[in-house]
Amino acid sequence: MPEELTPALELRGLWRRFGQKIAVAGIDLVVPAGSFYGLVGPNGAGKTTSLSMSTGLLKPDFGTVLVHGQDLWANPLEVKRMLGVLPDGVRLFDRLTGEQLITYAGLLHGLDRATVAHRARDLLVALDLTGDAGTLVVEYSAGMTKKVALACAMVHAPRLLVLDEPFEAVDPVSAANIRDILASYVASGGTVIVSSHVMDLVQRMCDHVAVIAAGHVLAAGTVDDVRGGQSLEDRFVELVGGRGTGEGLAWLRTSSS
Amino acid sequence: MVAHLVQLKLALVRNGLRRSPWQVVGLAFAGLYGLFAIVLVVGSLAAVSVQTPDIRGLVTVLLGSVIVLGWWVVPLVSFGVDATVDPARFVTFTIPRRSMLLGLAIGAVLGIPGVVTVVSALAIGGVWWRTPTALLVAPACALLGVATCIVGSRATTSASSHLMSKRRVRELMAAVTLVPLVLIGPLIGRTSASSAHLTREALEQVAAVLGWTPLGAVWAVPWEVAAGDVAGAAGRLGVAVGTLVALTVVWDRALAHALVNPLHEVASTRARGLGWFGRLPATPLGAATARSLTYWVRDPRYALAIAIVPLLPVLLWILNPGGSSLLFLGPSAAFFFGWGVSADVAYDGSAFWTHLAAPITGLTDRLGRVIGAAALAVPVVAVYSVGSALLTGRPDAIPALLGVSYGVLWTAFSGASIVSALVVYPVQQPGENPFQTRQGASMVAVVSQLVGWSAVLALSLPVAGLALYAITEHSSALGWLAFVVGPLLGGLLLFLGVCIGGRLIERNGTDLLQRIQSFA
Repeated sequence: MPEELTPALELRGLWRRFGQKIAVAGIDLVVPAGSFYGLVGPNGAGKTTSLSMSTGLLKPDFGTVLVHGQDLWANPLEVKRMLGVLPDGVRLFDRLTGEQLITYAGLLHGLDRATVAHRARDLLVALDLTGDAGTLVVEYSAGMTKKVALACAMVHAPRLLVLDEPFEAVDPVSAANIRDILASYVASGGTVIVSSHVMDLVQRMCDHVAVIAAGHVLAAGTVDDVRGGQSLEDRFVELVGGRGTGEGLAWLRTSSS
Repeated sequence: MVAHLVQLKLALVRNGLRRSPWQVVGLAFAGLYGLFAIVLVVGSLAAVSVQTPDIRGLVTVLLGSVIVLGWWVVPLVSFGVDATVDPARFVTFTIPRRSMLLGLAIGAVLGIPGVVTVVSALAIGGVWWRTPTALLVAPACALLGVATCIVGSRATTSASSHLMSKRRVRELMAAVTLVPLVLIGPLIGRTSASSAHLTREALEQVAAVLGWTPLGAVWAVPWEVAAGDVAGAAGRLGVAVGTLVALTVVWDRALAHALVNPLHEVASTRARGLGWFGRLPATPLGAATARSLTYWVRDPRYALAIAIVPLLPVLLWILNPGGSSLLFLGPSAAFFFGWGVSADVAYDGSAFWTHLAAPITGLTDRLGRVIGAAALAVPVVAVYSVGSALLTGRPDAIPALLGVSYGVLWTAFSGASIVSALVVYPVQQPGENPFQTRQGASMVAVVSQLVGWSAVLALSLPVAGLALYAITEHSSALGWLAFVVGPLLGGLLLFLGVCIGGRLIERNGTDLLQRIQSFA
C-alpha cells in the first residue's frame, strides 16, 4: 500500500471494559491520512475512552491501534513520536510556567534546544499566550490551559493530532485562531482528529466524521455522506435518538406560582 | 435537614466501600484498631476507678485533655479533617447555617475516631460510678467534651485553611508545627528517664492547671463535684461552655467566609526564562530531571515529605545530648530523602499522562525523578555526615559515615523507584486545601510504605553493620571499606531499582494513570 493510502489511524475491534460497564464495544474506524476528522457522540458514548486507547494513555482489552500502519501497543516509542495528544479532563504539570511546559513537551519528544525555543515562541504568539509565558499554568484560566495544552501537543510537529474537546472553554477569537492553525496543518498533509459536542463546528470544520454512541460506531465517512443532505445535528439526533417531546416540566415557568 | 446531612455522610461512606475492596480492608483494620483503643481506654479507666489512693480526677483530666488536644491539632499537621461531606458543596442550597453546623458535627462523629472518642468520653464519665453526685454530671460533661473535640477540630482547620492556602505560609507552618510534635516523644522519653520520680503531686498540679484551661475544664467538672466544691465545679463548667461557644463562633464565621470565598491558590509566581529547563541538557532525561527539580522547589508537598530532615539534628541532640547518636544524622537524612520520591507518581496526579504520551522509556521517567531528588540530597547528606562527625569529635568516622549514608540514599531511591511505579494512592492535588484527606488512602499507603521501608532497611543492613563496627572499633581500614562498599552496593541496587521500576512503568503506567483518575 503506498504511503499516502495508509490510514493515519486505524482502529480494529477495540474493546474496553471498566468494571461492569463496557465503555467501548468493538470500534472499527479508519481515519484517512490528511483528513480533518470529527468524532461526535452523546455524553458517555466512549469518545474519550477510544481516543485514550488510540494515544497510548489507556490499554485496550482487545483490538489493535495502527498509526500510519504501525501498531501503537506493540511499538509504543516509535508510534508516540508521530502522535500529538490533547486529552480531556486531566491535569498538566501546572507548576511549570507556560513556556516551561511547552519546552518540557518538546524536549520529551527529543527536539533540540534551539528548535524547542523557536517553536515555543511561535506557539505562544499564535495562541496569544505571550503575555503569560512566565506565569505558572496553575494560575491560567480554563481556556488558557486548553491552549497551552494544545501547544504542547503540537510542538513536536506530529503527523497525527488527537484532540479531545479542544474548543471547550476557549473564547471565540482563540477558537477561530486555533481552527486556522489546524486547517493549515491539515492542508500541509497532517491529520487531525477532534472530538466535540458542537455539531455545527464539526460540520463546518471537518471533512470526515464518525458518530459514536454506547461504545459503537453508528456512522462514519465524509461529512457529506454521513449527514446525507440534512444538517449534521439533525442526522446525529436521528442516529442517536433520545430527543424529548418538549412537553413536561410545565411547572418550569417563571410566571407560574 | 440535620438528619439529611447525616444520611448523606452514611451514604457516601457506603458508596465508597462499594467502590473498592481496599476501602473495606482499610475500614476493617481501622475498626480493629479503634476497638483495641476502646478496650485499652475502658479497661484502664475501670482499673483507675477502684484505685487507692484516688487518682480518678488526675487521670480523667490528663486523658481528656490529650484527647481534646489531639482533635484540635492533629488535623492541622497530618491527617486533615474528614472531608467526606464538604461544606463547599452546599453553597447553592439554602440550608440554615445552624442546621449545617449541627449536621456536619454529628456527621463527624460517625467515623472510627468519633466513635472511639465518644466511648472514651463516656468511660471517663463512668469512672465516677462510686461517687453518685459526680456521676450525675459526668455523662453530660462527657458529651460536652466530645462536642469540644469535634467543633474544635473544625474550627482550627477551617479558620486556618485560608491562611494556609498561601503557599509560603503553609511551608513555614508545616515546619513550625512539626517541631513540637516531633520533639514531644524524645522529650517525654528524656524526662521520664532522667527523672523517674515524676511524682503524683507534680501530675496533680499539672492536672489542676489543665482543669482551668479549655482543654481540661470539661473533664474537671465531675472531679470538683466529687470533691464537693460547687463553686469550683461551676467555674470549670463556665470555662468549658465558654470554650465550646467560642469554637462554634469561630467555625461558624470561618465557614460563612469560606462558602462565599472559595479557596484558591494566591497568584504570586512569575518566572523569567526557562529555569532548570534551560540549564540541564536538552534531552528527554534532562527535561525529566528539570521538571522534577522545579517541582521540588515549587511544590510544597515535596517539602512536606522531607520536612523532618532539617529537624533531625535537633531530634538526635535531644535524644542524647552531646552523645554519639548524632552520628546517625547522615544515614537517617539519606533515608528520608531517598524515600521522598516514593509518592512521585501520586503527586503528579493525572498530569502523569504527559510521560505516558511522550516517546520516553520508563527508565527515563525513573531516572529523571531520582536525579532531581539526588541533586538536593547529595549535598545535604554530605554536610550532615561530615558535620555530625566533626561535632561529635570523631573525624575518623567520616569515611564510614559517608559510605553508609550514600549506601542508604541509593538503596532508598531504589526502593522508592519501584514502589512509586507499583502503588499510587490519593494524595492532595497541587493547590488543594492541605487539610482535607482523601478517602480510603490510608491502607494502601500504609502497607506500601511499611513494606518499602522494611526492604530498604534490610538491604542497608550489611553496610550499616560494617560502618557501625568500623566506627565503634575505631577501625579506619574498615571505615574506608564501608566508604567503598556502601555506595557501590547501593549503586548496584539503584541500578536494579530504576530498571525494574522503569519496566513496571512501561507495563503498568496506563493502569496507574487510570487509578489516579478514579480518585478524582
